[in-house]
Amino acid sequence: MPATSVPVIAAPTALAMKPPSRFGDKAFEWLTLSMALIVVLLVFLVGWQLARGSSRAIQKFGFHFLGTSTWDPVAEQFGALPFIYGTLVSSLIALIIAVPLSIATAVYLTELAPLWIRQPLTSLIEMLAAIPSVILGLWGIFVMIPFLRDYPFPFLKEYFGWTGLFTGPIYGVSMLAGGIIIAIMILPIITSVSREILRSVPNLQREAAYALGATRWEVTRIAVLSYAKKGLFGAVILGLGRALGETMAVTMVIGNTPQIALSLLKPGYTLASVIANEFTEATSDLYLQALFEIGLVLFGITIIANLIAQVLLKTMNTTSTTRAVQ
Amino acid sequence: MMTVTTGNQHTWRKAKSGLASALAFISALLVIAPLALVFFYLLKSGASSVNWNFFVHLPAPVGEKGGGMANAIVGSGELLGLAALIGIPIGVLGGVYLAEYGSNRANAWLRFIADVLNGVPSITWGVVVYGLVVITFRSFSAYAGGLALGLMMIPLIMRTTEEVLLLVPNGYREAALALGVSRWKTIVHIVMKTASKGIITGILLALARVAGETAPLLFTAFGNRFWNRNLAEPIAALPLQIFSYAISPYDDWHRQAWAGALVLVVGIFFINMIVRLLTRVRTAG
Repeated sequence: MPATSVPVIAAPTALAMKPPSRFGDKAFEWLTLSMALIVVLLVFLVGWQLARGSSRAIQKFGFHFLGTSTWDPVAEQFGALPFIYGTLVSSLIALIIAVPLSIATAVYLTELAPLWIRQPLTSLIEMLAAIPSVILGLWGIFVMIPFLRDYPFPFLKEYFGWTGLFTGPIYGVSMLAGGIIIAIMILPIITSVSREILRSVPNLQREAAYALGATRWEVTRIAVLSYAKKGLFGAVILGLGRALGETMAVTMVIGNTPQIALSLLKPGYTLASVIANEFTEATSDLYLQALFEIGLVLFGITIIANLIAQVLLKTMNTTSTTRAVQ
Repeated sequence: MMTVTTGNQHTWRKAKSGLASALAFISALLVIAPLALVFFYLLKSGASSVNWNFFVHLPAPVGEKGGGMANAIVGSGELLGLAALIGIPIGVLGGVYLAEYGSNRANAWLRFIADVLNGVPSITWGVVVYGLVVITFRSFSAYAGGLALGLMMIPLIMRTTEEVLLLVPNGYREAALALGVSRWKTIVHIVMKTASKGIITGILLALARVAGETAPLLFTAFGNRFWNRNLAEPIAALPLQIFSYAISPYDDWHRQAWAGALVLVVGIFFINMIVRLLTRVRTAG
């Protein structure tokens, strides 16, 4: 930079100098712009590639693909319903388990925990988020499944079998096991996003409630949680988006059977797992096309979930970006 | 409703508050319980199989004792290198644009799209790259695997880079521009340099995130029981190897899977620890 700093020292001659070239500036701006635009390109690329890969399956099956439950590669009959059902049910189980735990943990981290405990606890939750899906699946196969098979599942069958949700033979690998493992995968993200949201609630809210004589829980419930409702909902939907697309861990414990059964102790199958399992085995062209179409369906529902989540989260002004700009 | 309370009501409200706190505390314990359980079993089942052989030998055929995952460890490294070549330049420069140029409105859209892209399931990247690269070149390859991981890194790095660049005080930019330094040199030499630790942190986090990814590699890198001599051919990766061993019926392979999992987790946590050290220095200074 020494060359460019000369004009400042020799101010009188500055007028006589050539105006500096703007080429570098323009080039750099265009370079960075084109890199930033790659994210837009990628969204279209993904959509286009999935649609192209499945075009003939779409032509052949039309909307029936989403509504039929036959999955017979030999007869070349493909219907995605069991996978859509499995994806939705396993994600729903995951949300039922993960949402109360994550939000309560976020409340604990921002409102209740002693200050010294907050940072270590946050770090531990980040560590949980860093565990790869395949390792959680490994643990699921060899530790969680045998445990579930021996203790909680017989218990559920015995005492809650009448609901119809816990009937049939107990294999261990099951829709419920899949839901539990997904719950573990999405706990950290819902917790950390909820925590960010609760932290963004202005302290005035809390102070006002305390001043009225509210107890700690009342302050949390009335002043904090209801204020942050929308953002927390966004955090949940973001978790749902992750749950729908979760692949490895759930593939390893859900049993991979394309069936629609009420009992959660029976094996199921998800959109992501059928791709993971059968993609390299797809012998016929139409089979591969059908799997591409499954990918398209998965992409569609996760994009919708993420769009909703981002819109909800934007209303809360939580990201450090907005803080930095202000 | 809350203003006038009798003593009794007050005790009840206090008790309710205490109960809620206790429940929140228990929830926090339950959230970190899986971490403890996974770690315990990783050490219990994996530690005994992690030895010198594990790091220097190829996988042994079924029935033979011993063997290792040397090819998978090196393969994961190569894949991460390829991913970094794609993800880092695009992510960092894209982040520079979001932080330094553009209108608020357009950038809000770009940010939004990057965040949505972040939520695209990792398996989708595998399918897309299969269609783009594997079908085109008629072969699974390290290039395809690296591309899938690299694409996943882009939105991650872009957003973290943007965030740390926005933390650089505007005075720095103004000071440099006032000295007659051109804008792009200001950005490269002043803004990015000031934020370099943060940028590196973002890159490392993205690498740690994709290092454990299996789904995008299943039908791109594909896996390989031997050394990869040509990046245009299938390559082994640690997560892939763990997966195929975990679902195999052999006890020996299960032990190897646990050992591989332990090595992978230790590697990922090591990167995270470096990140923590870097961020600590940054906030302290």
